[in-house]
Amino acid sequence: MRREWMTIIEHQEIARQTYRLVLKGEMVGDVSEPGQFVHIQVSKEYYLRRPVSISNIDMENKTMTLLYKVMGKGTDAMTEKKVAEKVDVLGPGGQGFPIDKINTKKALLVGGGIGVPPLYYLAKQLEKKGVQVTSILGFQSAEQAFLTDEFEALGDVYVTTNDGTLGHQGLVTDLFPYVKGSFDTYFTCGPTVMLKAVTSELTGVPGYISMEERMGCGIGACFACVVPSNDEKGYRRICCDGPVFDAKEVVLS
Amino acid sequence: MNLHQTLPGLHLKNPIMPASGCFGFGKEFAQFYNLSDLGAVIMKAATGEKRFGNGTPRVAETSSGMLNAIGLQNPGVDSIIKNEVPFLQEYDMPIMANVAGSTVEEYVQVAEKISHHVNALELNISCPNVKEGGVQFGTDPLLAEEVTRKVVEASVVPVYVKLSPNVTDIVSMAKAVQAGGAHGLTMINTLTGMRIDPATRKPIISNHTGGLSGAAIKPIAIRMIYQVYREIDLPIIGMGGIETAEDVIEFLLAGASAVAIGSANFKNPIICKEIIDELPVTLKKFGFQSLKGAIGGAHHETSRAGVFRA
Repeated sequence: MRREWMTIIEHQEIARQTYRLVLKGEMVGDVSEPGQFVHIQVSKEYYLRRPVSISNIDMENKTMTLLYKVMGKGTDAMTEKKVAEKVDVLGPGGQGFPIDKINTKKALLVGGGIGVPPLYYLAKQLEKKGVQVTSILGFQSAEQAFLTDEFEALGDVYVTTNDGTLGHQGLVTDLFPYVKGSFDTYFTCGPTVMLKAVTSELTGVPGYISMEERMGCGIGACFACVVPSNDEKGYRRICCDGPVFDAKEVVLS
Repeated sequence: MNLHQTLPGLHLKNPIMPASGCFGFGKEFAQFYNLSDLGAVIMKAATGEKRFGNGTPRVAETSSGMLNAIGLQNPGVDSIIKNEVPFLQEYDMPIMANVAGSTVEEYVQVAEKISHHVNALELNISCPNVKEGGVQFGTDPLLAEEVTRKVVEASVVPVYVKLSPNVTDIVSMAKAVQAGGAHGLTMINTLTGMRIDPATRKPIISNHTGGLSGAAIKPIAIRMIYQVYREIDLPIIGMGGIETAEDVIEFLLAGASAVAIGSANFKNPIICKEIIDELPVTLKKFGFQSLKGAIGGAHHETSRAGVFRA
């Protein structure tokens, strides 16, 4: 993990209130697994850094793509950053999807909203390994959807929106009957309520979930972003033990 | 410039240490710099048994600061002695253990055990985020004196008491713990605060209230240290919103003999190291020939009339 002033190569709105930020720097070479994140200092005015998942990596050009959603004043201020500016980045943080250890032939990826981005780099890595990738992507509306074409280039994609303006109207779990039999392992990232629905519908199937929570330090020292676990330890820290967990490892509430 | 400082139980090569709760048990920060560069380290709180702490969200940003309600999550004193202290002992710096509890008996039990493995204790009677113990001991002078006395008796190393700013009269609290036999003070802990999300109309932190830290509380810390320094003859380790070497000098001038850096570690994980490196130059910039020359400097020209007494 390192702290680095990374240079902005690209920064643009790609869906309503959702931005693509491409950063260049040495940190890119440290990324070892899809699903890891970086912790960004918006400016000195904002006390806490913002965790943003890594959506894509270009090792050759030393660039990483981050997609973030405007959630409040801090992320809103981040949208003002211009190409060629430098940003204070800490990372790469946490444990991602353990892609080298997972034995899967057919993977189901289930992403909700801003939980979709980390699954993209995962989908690319899985496809590279020869794994058949099927994706279910959920958004609030068509204008808030993104990356659907990119996922389509990697396998079958099902899209769902809350208001029905794109794809199926409803929840990501509504589409489970359509993908039955097309996967042996699932990977999911999104709001906790979605993760809970996905894991409870897919009990018995090996699965990995990526979680988010308000963070303090982002490196495991402050214990702000904990999630209960069933073992003797009783908890996991999302920033450093996660954000990706085996679905059986944590207790979603 | 010589930055050495000697306080009860603590031989500091410089006056900078990370504050309890903002540094875990050091492992995470050891990937960024050599912890032996620190003056000392104050560990995350230890309680008798392991604690999970409060529900999430546990943090919220504020203007020039942050709120937290971790709730003293820790693996329990036995696990800390076995699994965490040995790592810190590999480094060349004194270790302070932060001791917490729900009852006087728990404080005593934790102090008795952990004092054999560290150089000093920080008695935590000021955590605003736990229902039992914590701040109730830190806002009642009689309870504060009692728990201090019993912990001092049980400990084999000097005991510093961490004062709560959530009181009307900080000097009377400092006098109470001095009467209880404290060897030093650490001040201040966080101030109780709250934020509400206009979109959900609910408190952001699941515990509703949290402890306010960061630059926002620095003037309060400076005022309280200034008041206590005038009235009490105990060394003070100051903390509360320190982010720069200049902030450190302000704390020294108010009366602190050393300082601890808290939530600034979250903004910048190498902040302690940066401040240690900058301190000699900054002291010189303001005309100080030594670290000790700055301590209490703001009191030299003013009377000790106790005008700030509540």
